[in-house]
Amino acid sequence: MTTNTHTHTLSVLVENSPGVLARIASLFSRRGYNIDSLAVGPTEDDNISRMTIVINVEGHALEQVIQQLDKLVNVISITQLDPITSVQRELLLVKVSTTPESRSQVLETVQLFRAKVVDVAQDAVTIEATGNSEKIEALLRVLEPYGIKELVQSGLVAMSRGMQPKSAGR
Amino acid sequence: MSSDNGTRMTGATSLVKSLEHAGVEVMFGIPGGAILPAYDPIFDSPIRHILVRHEQGAGHAATGYAQATGRVGVCIATSGPGATNLVTPLADAQMDSVPLVAITGQVASAAIGTDAFQEADIRGITMPVTKHNYLITDPRDIPRAIAEAFHIASTGRPGAVLVDIAKDALQHQTEFQWPDSISLAGYNPVTVPDSQAVRDAAALIAQSHNPVLYVGGGVIKANAHKELMQLAQLTGAPVVTTLMARGAFPDSHHQHLGMPGMHGTVAAVTALQKADLLITLGARFDDRVTGKLSSFAPHAKVIHADIDPAEIGKNRVADIALVGDLANTITALIPAIQAEFKKSQPDLTAWWTQVNSYRERFPLGYDHPADGTLSPQFVIERLGKIAGPEAIFVAGVGQHQMWASQFINYENPRTWLNSGGLGTMGYSVPAAMGAKVGAPDKVVWAIDGDGCFQMTNQELVTCAINKIPIKVAIINNESLGMVRQWQTLFYNERYSNTDLHSKRIPDFAKLAEAMGCVGLRCESRDDVDRTIAQAMEINDQPVVVDFSVHRDAMVWPMVAAGTSNDDIVVARSLAPIWDSQEL
Repeated sequence: MTTNTHTHTLSVLVENSPGVLARIASLFSRRGYNIDSLAVGPTEDDNISRMTIVINVEGHALEQVIQQLDKLVNVISITQLDPITSVQRELLLVKVSTTPESRSQVLETVQLFRAKVVDVAQDAVTIEATGNSEKIEALLRVLEPYGIKELVQSGLVAMSRGMQPKSAGR
Repeated sequence: MSSDNGTRMTGATSLVKSLEHAGVEVMFGIPGGAILPAYDPIFDSPIRHILVRHEQGAGHAATGYAQATGRVGVCIATSGPGATNLVTPLADAQMDSVPLVAITGQVASAAIGTDAFQEADIRGITMPVTKHNYLITDPRDIPRAIAEAFHIASTGRPGAVLVDIAKDALQHQTEFQWPDSISLAGYNPVTVPDSQAVRDAAALIAQSHNPVLYVGGGVIKANAHKELMQLAQLTGAPVVTTLMARGAFPDSHHQHLGMPGMHGTVAAVTALQKADLLITLGARFDDRVTGKLSSFAPHAKVIHADIDPAEIGKNRVADIALVGDLANTITALIPAIQAEFKKSQPDLTAWWTQVNSYRERFPLGYDHPADGTLSPQFVIERLGKIAGPEAIFVAGVGQHQMWASQFINYENPRTWLNSGGLGTMGYSVPAAMGAKVGAPDKVVWAIDGDGCFQMTNQELVTCAINKIPIKVAIINNESLGMVRQWQTLFYNERYSNTDLHSKRIPDFAKLAEAMGCVGLRCESRDDVDRTIAQAMEINDQPVVVDFSVHRDAMVWPMVAAGTSNDDIVVARSLAPIWDSQEL
């Protein structure tokens, strides 16, 4: 997932009611917006869930995405998160092939990236890493030559720095 | 009525009580298994239930009722096929911003997801074509869902809301509790425009020498036609009314240039193209209005007033956005413009000279066929003249719809009903039925094509039995006329599957008689006025007139799909020739 000027992170508070995810997915599909990643989870309020949506649209279309999302009755507020003023994290689990010779190099990479080894087998180690998209990508680039056997990655979750998020919703 | 609060009753009774609390006076529907519990208390309710013959008819009837009255239209159907038959009218109402509430029965909550008999996930199916929808499985939730549905359907940008209720929720006992107020965290339509934007808009209007008031259906939805008249008089600007806005501004007014768009007048289309400012009121820059978007109104700045913020900048970037209720917006604009005009008021004389020349050189018109057969435009023009500006005209979709928008003069809002956005053939007869129920003292003419009529004419039975005396003019050119026109123009006159043979089969007059209506026929120009007069005199029964018209008549002017409005064609191969200074 490359971060570029067309990638935007939206933090969307929605009512925790059945069908909300379907509504949002349906809206994106119907209007032809591309979702790069989507993460849904509970918030401090049981009645409200937070969706972190990463989309790839150009400037003018972003306003349309926000306005159309805001029309959904179950959507409470939409905040656009700037990478500079927000904390953005992805979780990665990756199983890397190792030989007795390569294992120490792989472990060194894990340390350099402040990742963790969560499982070790004869011919592989499983690594857990969290970080922003750039860090996860960089880690994968370094690990790739050893042979990536399996990989799973979460959607991006994000939160604004400081006290209160500024809402783009109406 | 709040005395019902706290009373024990079934979910079904709670539903009917809720509808009564919401102010429903009539609903259109058909019972079936899953909704059956609700039909028992409906039997005792003061709400009038009109038993239609097909659920699509119920949906369009509710839409016609809503369009004619401004109230929320209500339709009701059972689960599965009953519900799926409502999908077209829901999509239709949503596209045209019609306040509509649909109630459907659902299989019992324990059976949901098991592919039970007559189960369809109607909430899932209708998500993309409704403003909002609900699936209710707990009878306690019924009053709140109904209250919210009516609130959402009728406020902000109106639209369609579906409430799907599981059968067991209708059967179980509950305590009725009508909510005192509605508070939806995610739904707070902005109704008053930003005051700085209003001042900016007024300043722009005061600087414009070639303005056009581009009026859409939102003006009618907002009941803002009086405010629009004041704005038009104050600015002195030319007015165009889109297909959804016909009647928002009187056709007889000298500032009115008619309808813009694919089949708009040359004056309306060209004024938009030459404008330096579009004062856009409740319109959405639909492709049928703009033609090729990149070449639409290339010199114009845009003031865009709409209650739906998502419409601003959706198709055309707005220089100034006025988000709010149109009546409020125009009311705020007027004093702001007056203040600007005190400083300087632009002289529109040259603009009017230019615009009037389009009007004079390229008026709407038609020819009578050389073979002496009936001209469809003439029939529709006479219908408009004889029925008069107080009548309600309800069109289907196609050539007859365009002619009805072109050759009938509309003087009042809510007198022109049609399916503009979705373009639903079959809209006319059931929507006319709904309009007549909502406005029983008005003459209601359905102007339908022979193709459209054959899609939903079963509702004439409903009209006959329920004493809903609508009048139907079938503009019978024995073809899917608009499709045939495109085949004539773009497919080398290869008429693939557009010949309906409907001058032979069916016999529309006999069909009408069989459905309990009066059936009339008209084939010659000399008989048109007499036949219409005869139909106008029948007010205790529906009347159907089969006008047998020339099949090769075409709708002009025309901007071919995907081309620029600058390439408007006034008649086949006849484009206006502009003086060089006009281009």
